[in-house]
Amino acid sequence: MKGFGRFRQPSVIPGFGLTLGFTITYFSLIILVPITALVLRSTGLGWNGFWAAALDPRVLASLRTSFLTALIAAGINVVFGTLIAWVLVRYRFPGRRIFDAMVDLPFALPTAVAGIALTAIYAPNGFVGQWVAPLGLRIAYTPIGITIAMIFIGLPFVVRTIQPILEEASKEVEEASATLGASRLQTISRVLLPSLTPAILTGFALAFARAVGEYGSVIFIAGNIPFVSEIAPLLIVIRLEEFNYAGAAVIATVMLAISFLMLFVINLIQAWSRRRYGYGS
Amino acid sequence: MAARPHAARRASPTNEPLWVRWALILAGLVFMALFLVLPLLAVFSEALRQGIGAYVQSLQSPDALSAIRLTLLVAAIAVPLNVVFGIAASWAIAKFEFKGKAFLITLIDLPFSVSPVISGLVYVLLFGTGSVLGPWLKSYGIEILFAVPGIVLATIFVTFPFVARELIPLMQDQGTGDEEAALSLGASGWQTFWRVTLPNIKWGLLYGVLLCNARAMGEFGAVAVVSGKIRGQTTTMPLQVEMFYNEYQGTAAFALASLLALLALVTLVLKSALEWRFGDELAATGRGH
Amino acid sequence: MEVRVQNVRKEFDRFPALHDVSLDIVSGELIALLGPSGSGKTTLLRLIAGLERPTAGRIFFGDEDASEKSVQERNIGFVFQHYALFRHMTILENVSFGLKVRPRSTRPPAGEIRRRALELLDLVQLSGLERRYPNQLSGGQRQRVALARALAIEPRVLLLDEPFGALDAQVRRELRKWLREIHERTGHTTIFVTHDQEEALELADRLCVMSQGRIEQVGTPDSVYDSPTSPFVFGFIGESSELAVNVERGDIWLGDRPIGIAAGDNQGPARLFFRPHDIELVEGDAALAGVVASSRRVGGTRRVELELGGAGHRVEIDLPFDHPAGERSRIAFRPKRWQLFPA
Repeated sequence: MKGFGRFRQPSVIPGFGLTLGFTITYFSLIILVPITALVLRSTGLGWNGFWAAALDPRVLASLRTSFLTALIAAGINVVFGTLIAWVLVRYRFPGRRIFDAMVDLPFALPTAVAGIALTAIYAPNGFVGQWVAPLGLRIAYTPIGITIAMIFIGLPFVVRTIQPILEEASKEVEEASATLGASRLQTISRVLLPSLTPAILTGFALAFARAVGEYGSVIFIAGNIPFVSEIAPLLIVIRLEEFNYAGAAVIATVMLAISFLMLFVINLIQAWSRRRYGYGS
Repeated sequence: MAARPHAARRASPTNEPLWVRWALILAGLVFMALFLVLPLLAVFSEALRQGIGAYVQSLQSPDALSAIRLTLLVAAIAVPLNVVFGIAASWAIAKFEFKGKAFLITLIDLPFSVSPVISGLVYVLLFGTGSVLGPWLKSYGIEILFAVPGIVLATIFVTFPFVARELIPLMQDQGTGDEEAALSLGASGWQTFWRVTLPNIKWGLLYGVLLCNARAMGEFGAVAVVSGKIRGQTTTMPLQVEMFYNEYQGTAAFALASLLALLALVTLVLKSALEWRFGDELAATGRGH
Repeated sequence: MEVRVQNVRKEFDRFPALHDVSLDIVSGELIALLGPSGSGKTTLLRLIAGLERPTAGRIFFGDEDASEKSVQERNIGFVFQHYALFRHMTILENVSFGLKVRPRSTRPPAGEIRRRALELLDLVQLSGLERRYPNQLSGGQRQRVALARALAIEPRVLLLDEPFGALDAQVRRELRKWLREIHERTGHTTIFVTHDQEEALELADRLCVMSQGRIEQVGTPDSVYDSPTSPFVFGFIGESSELAVNVERGDIWLGDRPIGIAAGDNQGPARLFFRPHDIELVEGDAALAGVVASSRRVGGTRRVELELGGAGHRVEIDLPFDHPAGERSRIAFRPKRWQLFPA
């Protein structure tokens, strides 16, 4: 093992070479090589070809739809996700544990099932749709429908990021604020919420990243009208069905770049929060 | 609740007045009911709309049955492979100190930040027409794309991190003391793993398998891209749901969907049971995916 | 500010934490609530602060009945064991918080708030650290920030809940001295909770010893130490040795032997308490005599454990570490000062 130099610290436990070797091989075969193939294929078009495909009006419109709806959905999720995390951590009420478990439903429910179920509810003849249709409001087959599907799949990210931080937060800090004369509202707005900011930001970024890439739950309710309610992942599928592999690869590369940027931002938030306040999220 | 005259008169300094509490609880629950519970109920009510007979019958159609078989097959291959990977990765990461460890942990989470459609697309580009690998394998009679191997690969991709991300923090928490003790008592490396490490992580492992399996059986986007949707051959349950739905076979679509919803509910129940019963033997991360 | 606690009772879900406690706290004094965990000392402190509400009884600040006032209205300074600093605020923001949340009518201008906060940071010897975050300070520094923050609102009473409990011994000693100095300079009525008798004896003007939700004794450190009024206080404050004895005809008997000290009129079985260091060695029969069971040196003294008589009574006494009696296998002694409590 001399060749490794100081690559790893000595240990009496066996199996380092075997497990790390397997991990890296498996990771390379399943993840790394295929993603490299994607990036290579998109660069196959050359610089001009790449940007021509990326800046195609329909592509831009689909990216705008995806990002805008994901942004709104993540915003709504931050508000209600924080509220739900608060209610679940701080209050005791009948059925609390069931609701707590239900938060993870979007993680467990296959996206296609969620997609057709949401469509059934919000279609003009659906359970909710029939009440708003007379008001001239259409939910399914519009960007509002897309947003609703994205709220569904993003909610647990926000709740589950904030919940552990709230559980850890000591009551003493709130008591300290009260002894210093702060009203309950001041304590919440100036002490509690700011201390949750890193977790809220992380939850927002996670929900947003998931919503941007979401496919299964969105396509049923979206209506998929080009330039109006066509999301970027769907356009990738359409390009594939047209056997325009390079075009699909270009959209995918753009989205991938943006998700990596998000991942980077999330890590940055956590590192910053840990360094300054001494806790991550 | 015990009657406490003074407490009732004025809220404690770290609590909200009763009406505020109930208003917040109500707002949270209504939101959850609207966005989480309602879709779940819709699945079952739509599935049973034509009565139980039609429901049972639609589940016995050849298409539905073959989709169920394929989904079970895919999960039976993908989940064990990711379990082996998860254990290997967490062993290497939790029991040793080496350079680039933090980076490796970030990499393992990568599939979570990739759109499922892209997870499928990468295999289309790797094995499809115009690639190097695809035609070469085809000349030996091996079909990857629009066949079961492609579906398995795409499923492995999207479920890749589940077991590892559950085991890594858990094994890091547990440290290396137990293993060092076992080794000092003369146990071999494998004995140490089977008799010391595995019993320590069994609940965490089960938790990871549960989540991994739910996603493997329910994956839609990635599988949709690679499957080619050949009726009776490459349609998994979620794909068959989509097919039925697009063919206006509402009852059939929702009936099959109700099986997946049941799977989700069972997963949630088992997951919560594990959290309540063995919470301290699971990783501290409350965040599933 | 004088504080009066009058017949206060507190129950948590029917579980009594304080039984009918009354205590008068003199303006400007530094008083320690001392007791083992579960004695109700923290509950009493939190009741005075208004963080809890009494089940019965009243609390007066001066002549004003504070019982029905909220914690915000009571204008007290509270220092928590684990500091409870606001992690997302700088040190300066932490100290200014109490002034910044005041309603506009009573809030000082921003420049004045800043000036006062900096002044307090100077008082607690943390000048120059105002832009740090709590996470970047040591435990001792954090507790000093917590104190500055509590003082910033010009509290009528300063309340400290095990303020040094989370710190290591060295820092604890330093902060103790320093708290005493601050108290002398600012003159706040100060109530602090501790389970550490050494801390209480060294720091407080008066002690209030508590046990099982009741006040056992209130007094100056010397009077509590020298004349404890109950076996609990004798055992809890300082070192003590205890013997089950009998009082007959004005003498104290251990088994069938008088031990050479006279008691009052009470007859019958009793508990004899004395301090291990408060004894004199004697020769002769009318004394407590026993076989040395163990003997070890503790710093400047020698702690000897004696087995008395046949009944297996064991007591500890202290000798100077170089005293020749330390070498003997049999020692006879008599307590110089002692106290009898009915058994």
